[in-house]
Amino acid sequence: MSNSVTILDYGIGNILSVARGFEAVGAKVNITSTLDGIQNAQRLILPGVGAFASGINQLRKSHFDSAIVDLSNNGVPLLGICLGMQFLMDSSEEFGETNGLGLIPGKVIPIPSKSDDGNQLIVPHIGWSGLEISRGEKSWSNTLLENTVPKSNVYFVHSFYSKPINEDHLLAHCVYGGNNLSAVVCKDNVMGCQFHPEKSGTVGLTILKTFLTI
Amino acid sequence: MGTKTCCLAQSRTTKIIYKMQNIRVIARLDIKGPNLIKGIHLEGLRVLGDPHDFAKKYYEEGIDEIVYIDIVASLYGRSKLTDIVKNAAKDVFVPMTVGGGIRSVEDVRDLLRAGADKVAISTAAVENPTLIKDVSRIFGSQCMVLSLEAKKQSDSLWEVYTNSGRERTNLNAVDWAKKVEDLGAGEILLTSIDAEGTRKGFDLDLTRAITDAVNIPVIASGGMGKSQDLIDVVNEGGVKAVAMADILHYERDSILGIKNAMYENKIPVRISNE
Repeated sequence: MSNSVTILDYGIGNILSVARGFEAVGAKVNITSTLDGIQNAQRLILPGVGAFASGINQLRKSHFDSAIVDLSNNGVPLLGICLGMQFLMDSSEEFGETNGLGLIPGKVIPIPSKSDDGNQLIVPHIGWSGLEISRGEKSWSNTLLENTVPKSNVYFVHSFYSKPINEDHLLAHCVYGGNNLSAVVCKDNVMGCQFHPEKSGTVGLTILKTFLTI
Repeated sequence: MGTKTCCLAQSRTTKIIYKMQNIRVIARLDIKGPNLIKGIHLEGLRVLGDPHDFAKKYYEEGIDEIVYIDIVASLYGRSKLTDIVKNAAKDVFVPMTVGGGIRSVEDVRDLLRAGADKVAISTAAVENPTLIKDVSRIFGSQCMVLSLEAKKQSDSLWEVYTNSGRERTNLNAVDWAKKVEDLGAGEILLTSIDAEGTRKGFDLDLTRAITDAVNIPVIASGGMGKSQDLIDVVNEGGVKAVAMADILHYERDSILGIKNAMYENKIPVRISNE
């Protein structure tokens, strides 16, 4: 199987770190900022840092949004990272309601400002949190996390999080102030990580490596 | 990582308090030109070597984040930070914050594209507070770290300084912290100019004054002489992260040693590669 991966460069996001992370696990990395590049991808990475609305507008401006949807409908593995994961959802509440790509049913909502015991919670959630299994008895085998040990720490930095409508689309979450925040979503060939695997040491690199086998 | 880490990791999982966020242990690399340097009170600089060697070593030993600050860039314009970060991105897979001489949204864009995850802005934010708003709107507040350098004026009054502690601003540090939070800063990197480089511990009163005033994470920086100083600034200062420099550069303690001490003192901490 090919180990090629295409990273979409649409003007925002930490492209270089994602590329270096994949290179470190033996991937052949292409960085593209064209429609052709998206259409030819064998696996596509949708990175992203920043605000939802400005990011998705950046994608729409170049008609990347429909190209990504077409690609995922063709079964090509797609991985959204951080803001790129949030784009996979129907819509986001950040700075007013904005539509996403609609690949996974659900919304992007703010992290609660209170912990479950009523104390003020610091937002953004910045730092290392453990990955917890979300889907009850269903394990992580044959998923993006099949080589990941539950409770492994990964690096998060976010103020909003994705909430899939269908619980089966949530693979892992972290616990912040007693609140469960989605960490990994997955629907068939469409996957997303709220945390930064390329910034999560060897735990994160293992997840990138697993994506190359999908 | 060695056996010791693994044992520690196992014993820890049963005791973890789930509501407590891991306290981040951050290596701070002060840069001048291509070199890692270290000073006292942000002055009296001494060259220590190639920052890449230090960053790579700290990554492999389990550091949670790395902060690069070009401490002369705000005086002399462009720095070599873009090259340093680009180089680091090959070997360092933990978050990197970069600061020094950042004046515009374009500067931020360049650094993020080079591999930085967050930017730390000090001088330009004081001169033009709108920059904080612009950076957080465009790139998200999570990547807008406000670097606050403060010097004690009296018992409960600290003044903000800029240009790596060289220039006074007449701004009250607590007021400025509240203002930058309102403008969209996602974190505050708080450096006590008095404590910096002294190895005598963090300025706990300053730290507590700032963490009481804002609801964004505060990173304590300046003065760490031993791991007990970190424990004090977490417990008494209320910070969510601690930046340290020469304790690591001069190997007075190791990252594992510091994290062990945190663990022993019931401070939640990420054990490497767990």
